[in-house]
Amino acid sequence: MHGNQVAVSTALVPGVMVGDWVLLHAGFAIQRLEPDEAQQTWSVLADLQAPGSGAGGGVR
Amino acid sequence: MTHGIHKQQVRSALVRLGAAAEAVGRPMAFMEVCGTHTMSAFRCGLHALMPENVRLISGPGCPVCVTAQGDIDQLIELAMDRDVTLCTYGDMLRVPGRMGSLERARGRGAEVRVVYCALDAVRLAQSQPQRQVVFGAVGFETTAPATAVAVLKAQELGLENFSVLVSHKRVVPAMLALLESSPPHKLDGFLCPGHVSVIIGASAYRPVVHKHGVPCVIGGFEEALMAEAMAVLAEQVRDGVAKLTNHYPEAVTGGGNRVAMACIDGVFRVADVRWRGLGVIPGSGLMLRDSLRAFDAADRFALARPEDHEPRGCLCGQVIAGRATPDKCRLFGTACTPINPIGPCMVSGEGTCQAWFKYARQGTPAATAGGAP
Repeated sequence: MHGNQVAVSTALVPGVMVGDWVLLHAGFAIQRLEPDEAQQTWSVLADLQAPGSGAGGGVR
Repeated sequence: MTHGIHKQQVRSALVRLGAAAEAVGRPMAFMEVCGTHTMSAFRCGLHALMPENVRLISGPGCPVCVTAQGDIDQLIELAMDRDVTLCTYGDMLRVPGRMGSLERARGRGAEVRVVYCALDAVRLAQSQPQRQVVFGAVGFETTAPATAVAVLKAQELGLENFSVLVSHKRVVPAMLALLESSPPHKLDGFLCPGHVSVIIGASAYRPVVHKHGVPCVIGGFEEALMAEAMAVLAEQVRDGVAKLTNHYPEAVTGGGNRVAMACIDGVFRVADVRWRGLGVIPGSGLMLRDSLRAFDAADRFALARPEDHEPRGCLCGQVIAGRATPDKCRLFGTACTPINPIGPCMVSGEGTCQAWFKYARQGTPAATAGGAP
């Protein structure tokens, strides 16, 4: 994730392949995402992070 | 470039919301039941941008907050009085119980570890076969599958030193309970949680819409998606309809994540459980199936049955039920602060009181609505 590497379980999304985008929650991939939708989400997050907004959100 | 498009999206959603709210005329109250929505709405200033007659209130959406005090006490008793390593999610550590918090227990020598993933607790048990490891499992349907996978993994590995103390909860029965409570909760619609919906699927909210005629809109977490979801809710009220709208279709399907749901079903049975502030709600909890009772920490360590009580003067119960806002609590911001929290809603990074403390101390969202913050 943006250069960070995270080990997650793919037990809940069988069949995911290297290169797929997934939604993560508490160490598990819980949904596969379409690449363009994932890119869109990243760009929105980049917007939110832009001026002085803290990294937030919970793990559950 | 994306920034501009994004701003435009927020603006047009707010215009739609404003038009619908004006047409409705009367005050409307929508409820979100997701800690991430709580924080996101405050962080992006959504409350202040909404029309004066629209309120977004927080319901029972923060997993730590809805955990009954007795269940918290049970976890602390386990960490303090039994010779175990207790693993749980970070938010749980500072929730005060009758005998202090897990953090205080750790200060007094109890072995308490924060894990990000339920499987970390299984790995720890695997690496220390002589030590009993317990995973304190809280959360909604988003984390329940993770616990289920962890239990199944421990079973597969034949681990005799791993167990779980489960207080998982189901969101929809709580939404129904709020609508059926007395005095009746007047809600004009629900902003349904994003990640829970990824697991349970959009169709899980049908009873709320069909039985109670209350609109349900599943929404994503960032400001444009939330503003759009609010607009869709207000437009349903304006049009006199109650529909289930999936406004987060890139992640949420009708049937949800069937693998995750099958994991939940294989490991847990539905049970009547106690929520903070809402009492015992039928069918609102998940407990280990009898076939997996060997992994139940309450059994293994003969823990006392949890007793219910609330910290004196704390309004968390009413805040969770959406019946009081944090500023109505006389402890809020004085005796109860994020550094010295008394109730769980101030502890959790997803709690309503912490959100108010961080973002709305100078004025309530209602007071600043429509004006400059």
